[in-house]
Amino acid sequence: MSNIGSYEERLRGFDWSIGEKELGYKKGDKINIGWYCSDRVCQMGKASKLALVWENHEGHVKKFTYNDIRQLSNTFASLLCGLGLKPGERVCIFMDKVPELYISFLGILKMGGIAQPLFSAFGDESLHTRLSNAETAAILTQKKHVAKVRKIREQLPQLKHIIVVDSEGSPLKEREVAFDMERVPRVDDWKAYESTAETPSVLHYTSGTTGQPKGAQHVHYSLIAQYLTTKWVLDVKDEDIYWCTADPGWVTGTSYGIIGPWANGVTQVVLDAGFGAEKWYAFVERHKVTVWYSAPTAIRLLMKEGKEPVAKYDMSSLRHLCSVGEPLNAEAVIWSKEAFGLPFHDTFWQTETGSIVITNYPGMPIKPGSMGKPFPGITATVVNPKTFEPINNPGTVGLIALRPGWPSMFRTYWKNEETYRSKFKNGWYICGDRASIDADGYFWFVGRDDDVINTGGHLVGPFEIESALLEHQAVAESAAIGKPDPVNMEVVKAFVALKPGFAPSDDLDLEIMNFIRKKLSPLAMPQEIEFVKSLPKTRSGKIMRRLLRAQEWGEPIGDVSTLENE
Amino acid sequence: MDDMKKMVLDYVKREYLEEDDDREVTETTKLISGGIVDSFSMVSLKRFLEKKYGIRIPDADATPEAFDTVNTIVDLVNRFKKS
Repeated sequence: MSNIGSYEERLRGFDWSIGEKELGYKKGDKINIGWYCSDRVCQMGKASKLALVWENHEGHVKKFTYNDIRQLSNTFASLLCGLGLKPGERVCIFMDKVPELYISFLGILKMGGIAQPLFSAFGDESLHTRLSNAETAAILTQKKHVAKVRKIREQLPQLKHIIVVDSEGSPLKEREVAFDMERVPRVDDWKAYESTAETPSVLHYTSGTTGQPKGAQHVHYSLIAQYLTTKWVLDVKDEDIYWCTADPGWVTGTSYGIIGPWANGVTQVVLDAGFGAEKWYAFVERHKVTVWYSAPTAIRLLMKEGKEPVAKYDMSSLRHLCSVGEPLNAEAVIWSKEAFGLPFHDTFWQTETGSIVITNYPGMPIKPGSMGKPFPGITATVVNPKTFEPINNPGTVGLIALRPGWPSMFRTYWKNEETYRSKFKNGWYICGDRASIDADGYFWFVGRDDDVINTGGHLVGPFEIESALLEHQAVAESAAIGKPDPVNMEVVKAFVALKPGFAPSDDLDLEIMNFIRKKLSPLAMPQEIEFVKSLPKTRSGKIMRRLLRAQEWGEPIGDVSTLENE
Repeated sequence: MDDMKKMVLDYVKREYLEEDDDREVTETTKLISGGIVDSFSMVSLKRFLEKKYGIRIPDADATPEAFDTVNTIVDLVNRFKKS
């Protein structure tokens, strides 16, 4: 029997107080995610239960009980307070998927800080943009990434502390602190910051069509939705071994790679290694993973390797599979059923929603390729893109819209209230995705409603890429779009017009690719660069990405009446 | 170490390691599974090899396994140089 039981019955009379009661929370109580994910679990008699089993690419394994993560997160909280950091200050986590990442996340929350996880593959410019906007006071990082922080620290006067978790005696510079979690004395007793429901907790940066990335700010009350969706959608149970493959530099890795599983008191496993189909299967076999939350890109990479490698490993421990990040194509659902005897269940949500909002539930018939149905407590529909009125005709495409008010909804964009407000129309939160709803109430994803590029399940903003391209000495103007890709759904393609004195060549092509990769991230790196003489622009000089995208996707180019020289 | 191995190894160190990253990288170091080169960055490494050695590596052959060490990369390049 699944945790959710009957979806239809759950819909009737649903109230988020179900989650509150299970967590022992009452309106007006103090609520601190860090405490709920460690101290509370220990108080429930699970102190000696494994919270985290971590393995790296060399097969080195570390294990942490709930009491370990309670004490070690206390130790991080104590360190940060000792450095003079105050509640409400932003503390960035810039690490690979090492245990310190997961545990320090709780520690930051326990001292009242706002955790700002960032993807460790970000280049120095991506890092600078986000740290500068958040006015981040401290950053926790590793020796291998500290060079990127050093490059930009002089431009970040508010960044008071750079904490290196694995310095191992290597020389540090001004404002840098060495902190080896496993060597310093543990703090057993720590009074978690008395945050309330609306106290800011996490700041996750996400990309839009225009402007620089925006910090979606969440609050401690998000716990209620993250806890309940983990329990009902991912179906975790006390005896489960749960594996979320997402990196906590992105929202899935925190909502469902830290908060959800640990608030539920389950054991989770983490593989800190690059992708390899057989490595993943061996990991499932070795740790007897039961619940697996991954992404369509990874599933398609597994599909590329075929079913033969699957047969070499004992995958019989698996009992429930879910996927997130981009639409899960029907073929992947069918393939996983054949390969593992279980279908992947697609889940839809965003950085802004903080938790799963539309999904396929355990026990509910899956229509392969469909996003599923709204989570109980979430009022979702599709609306007309002009009137923002709900569309009642099954199969008609509109914008996915959610009625605001669920616990994990973002509360603002950091220092960007205007853009935050622009996301709400006619009383709905507009997700920016297009979909239709069929006669049975299943949602079907169609695509983004803007120019944001979804590559490998991560959103990349074209403006950020174009701005970085212009910093290259040879680039006069540029446009970035998503082009179709069989594995990553989309990859970045850049159109580049060169300055006089520069000519297209393979060398320049590779140089520009690496320039963006290092400055922004591998995700933002154009996988194709098309050199053009000029870019299509409106008469007011705005580059018409829409036209380039339509040409790339073989779609109608639409209205070109504003095109310059047309 | 032959010239191609040295060339690829130097390129990987120069392009994919941060300047303060003191990890030792040899021809047997795991690049993909070890997290030095990710699947997106693999595209730029493939592009470098194609340009440098005048070959075309089909996407089907550009697997994480084939790019996992300098040794496997050199094997891959030699396969396409010969064909």
